[in-house]
Amino acid sequence: MAPLVSAVSRTADPFVRTGKRPTLAVWKFASCDGCQLTLLDCEDELLAVAGQLDVAYFLEASSATAAGPYDVSLVEGSITTTHDAKRIREIREMSGKLVTIGACATAGGIQALRNFAGPDGGPDVTAYAAAVYAHPEILDALPTSTPISEHVFVDFELRGCPIDKRQLLEVVSATLAGRKPQIPSYSLCLECKRSGAVCVMVAHGQPCLGPATQAGCGALCPNFSRGCYGCFGPHEGPNMPALGDRFAELGVDADGWLRALRTYNAYAGPFRKEADHVERTRS
Amino acid sequence: MLQPPADGRFAPPPAVAAPDLDPMRTVPFRVAGLHVDNEDTFTLELTPPHGYQFAPFKPGQFNMLYVFGVGEVPISISGDPDRPGVLVHTTREVGAVTRAMRGLRIGDAIGVRGPFGSSWPVEAAEGRDVVLIAGGIGLPPLRPALYHVLARRERYGRVMLLYGARTPEDMMFPDELAKWRAMFDLEVHVTVDRATGNWRGNVGVVTPIVKRAPIDPRRTVAMICGPEIMIRFACQELARRGVSPQDTYVSLERNMKCAVGLCGHCQVGGHLVCRDGPVLSYDQVERLLDVGEV
Amino acid sequence: MAVRRLEAAALDALFGALRRRGYTLVGPTLHDGAIVYDELTGTAELPIGWTEVQDAGHYRLARRDDDARFGYTVGPYAWKRHLHPPALRLWRAERDAEGGFELLDEPHDPPKVAFIGVRPCDVAAIAIQDRVFTGGAHVDPDYQARRERAFIVAVNCTEPGGTCFCASMGTGPEARDGYDLALTEIIAPARNGQRAEPSYLLEVGSERGEQLLAELGGRPARGDEVADGERRLAEAAGRMGRALDTRGLADALRRSLDNSRWDEPAARCLACGNCTLACPTCFCNTVEDTTDLTGAFAERTRRWDSCFTQDLSYIHGGPVRVSLKSRYRQWATHKLGTWQEQFGTSGCVGCGRCITWCPAAIDLTEEVAAIAASAQARASRRQARVAPSPERGTEAGDAAATR
Repeated sequence: MAPLVSAVSRTADPFVRTGKRPTLAVWKFASCDGCQLTLLDCEDELLAVAGQLDVAYFLEASSATAAGPYDVSLVEGSITTTHDAKRIREIREMSGKLVTIGACATAGGIQALRNFAGPDGGPDVTAYAAAVYAHPEILDALPTSTPISEHVFVDFELRGCPIDKRQLLEVVSATLAGRKPQIPSYSLCLECKRSGAVCVMVAHGQPCLGPATQAGCGALCPNFSRGCYGCFGPHEGPNMPALGDRFAELGVDADGWLRALRTYNAYAGPFRKEADHVERTRS
Repeated sequence: MLQPPADGRFAPPPAVAAPDLDPMRTVPFRVAGLHVDNEDTFTLELTPPHGYQFAPFKPGQFNMLYVFGVGEVPISISGDPDRPGVLVHTTREVGAVTRAMRGLRIGDAIGVRGPFGSSWPVEAAEGRDVVLIAGGIGLPPLRPALYHVLARRERYGRVMLLYGARTPEDMMFPDELAKWRAMFDLEVHVTVDRATGNWRGNVGVVTPIVKRAPIDPRRTVAMICGPEIMIRFACQELARRGVSPQDTYVSLERNMKCAVGLCGHCQVGGHLVCRDGPVLSYDQVERLLDVGEV
Repeated sequence: MAVRRLEAAALDALFGALRRRGYTLVGPTLHDGAIVYDELTGTAELPIGWTEVQDAGHYRLARRDDDARFGYTVGPYAWKRHLHPPALRLWRAERDAEGGFELLDEPHDPPKVAFIGVRPCDVAAIAIQDRVFTGGAHVDPDYQARRERAFIVAVNCTEPGGTCFCASMGTGPEARDGYDLALTEIIAPARNGQRAEPSYLLEVGSERGEQLLAELGGRPARGDEVADGERRLAEAAGRMGRALDTRGLADALRRSLDNSRWDEPAARCLACGNCTLACPTCFCNTVEDTTDLTGAFAERTRRWDSCFTQDLSYIHGGPVRVSLKSRYRQWATHKLGTWQEQFGTSGCVGCGRCITWCPAAIDLTEEVAAIAASAQARASRRQARVAPSPERGTEAGDAAATR
């Protein structure tokens, strides 16, 4: 679906100029709330956040809400129902800047596995619903879980499962200052090397999605001698077939490679395409 | 033909920073003037803090301009090198930093580092014909060279400005263009990609103008600035007409972060555009531009 | 300065002498399955009796059957980490009431660090980065301050590793200059099942180094001991795990920008940037301008960057080097070719890190040799076309050159 452009004019003027405190809303769609918790986890910075922003709508933090429009909306979660597909359009209309946060909102999340659950590798939610719910017929779920950007125009996508606190503060600070957020789109390996971790792939022979994954977490797993799980999704230009070959050389079979790709960011383009390819060529 | 020095570079940049000065520290200048040139371009006039001595610039050099809290970008100097008391920069709004720049008001601070880079060979071109070729926003970086030449007009042969813009409305410095066109000792040829309103001039890209212009290839020193594709076609046309690639100078645009040769971003082959450029002779870059993605 | 011979215990004396002069000691030590450079409190933290096995995309620690202190080559990280840190705040600024701002002082006051066990390739790499950061019109003050306060204890290599090719690059296995002190570790064979302690040949490279001599003990080395050291280094030069023919290489690369052979490494390259960050000379960095939430404070941070990112060449409208091929080509041609034009040296010291630490196991020496060979073939084809011999026409010449 083509991105829809909001009716609210997105002013180029940084908020610091307007004198009034911008309003912030935090929205939840299909998700685990973990990314909203990251915002609450900004304990030391929350006072500063509250000082710079009117938190007008944030149910995770307060049941008191103020009506829109909002200058900045943070959106967590993916679109999995027709109701949510409608609601995100309304939120877009009410929002100056709309920033999606986390793998669910930016890539459909783990729940996007339903997008490949059908017998032909296509979308199917019925099998999952039957396995989980006593009365799946009461559900009104779309066959797919899709990122927010498939439904409305998104000003910035903040990756991660969950998102990184420092990155969240950077996006909020940058949005307030009217500048481009300093959020890298390159490989996790750059962060890993900067952090001084020893490459788990080269030194331990462990499969690691780092060379295909976007930086942002600070190379958490490699710093604990674990390969990267790809929580931040594909980087700006991953070479998935080449990484797949390397996984195979490290003893990972096609099933293992498929499982590595189909997690939190399974529906993100390069991961999805590679997994589709593996499935097609395997059978 | 201009004789480049042995190291292959025409104009090695002067060491503008004292060795003990941190080249990454910006100096807060003040906005003394802001003019909107056309829909998406604007000109800033900047004055230094009280008592601050900044190095005079040469035509073609650039500064790193920093908007507090937003970021820093390289912008060429578009003002008169004979008036060094005020820095003039003309740019197009293309991103967050230039957008914020356009939002500045008189008296606001803006960080300045520079001037950096090589310059147009205006001194070496004395006694020769000077052909300036500009495309779109490529005119501002050439304007200081034109100012320099016009202020010493008797030292040059024919002087020509060939300028192409997308539409008549996109033309930079229209008032000055009109003034320049009226000068008897400056030939100005202008073209637009797309005629609008009551435009009666040339329509099309700048290359055919280069083809037709009354150029004496042996006497000509050409200076070209504009989109890279336009630079390539103009250079190829000049070469076809017999202008030596060593007498053809181009200003390249690349990503610059440090502007002093320490960050590696602006490499084009063996050239660090911030240090060895932005002005380079065509023979230095011809092959690199032809290959692409270099 | 005559070569001196030291016992193993002299290393303790060296550590003590450096510490008394206010140096923090950084040297090789075991960490997470590799030998990295980290802060050392004593010689016991050296990887005594350890070595490593290195190959393309492969690194494993292994035990030695002796007690060598320096029986390995280079690890995942180069010394640039301590001279050109991965992230460095360049300045902070504060907004003032009059629409202006003021830069707050950011002192460049790094600690004195003694680098223990710098391999000859890395000594050469430091000299190369010196040219980049302090050799031009503009000097990086932070690098300069760290560099001036660094004391370099080089250790020559008698046992090159699987991806080493310093002999090809002319940087090793013996350090020629650029150090304060240089050691050659001499390992004697075990006797009666008893491991022998290593001994050392010591050379002095600076006045600072010479001032430590009195505290290190030892004696002047005998002629046969010096000859033994020289023999070991000469043999090491012949046992490099990799080799690269650098004759005419820069020129061949310059002529090979449009060579389709670049497609091969590009097909395997992950664009991860590991080679560039592991490389001891790669210096590319970016600056990030950020603000705090209040917008009252801004700062500029410099971070290691890589020519494998799209952002490195980004100008409005998009990156200049879009394809992976163009980015791999940029790295290889810069390292072994255009570096010369920019800084007057090669950018490669033959340490092999880019080969070992490439998760896709791409071997620079192999790729570049193939490109050079291909350029050579093209050149002879061209020559054959220009001057076909009467016996062999152009077509035959072409075919011969392609084979």
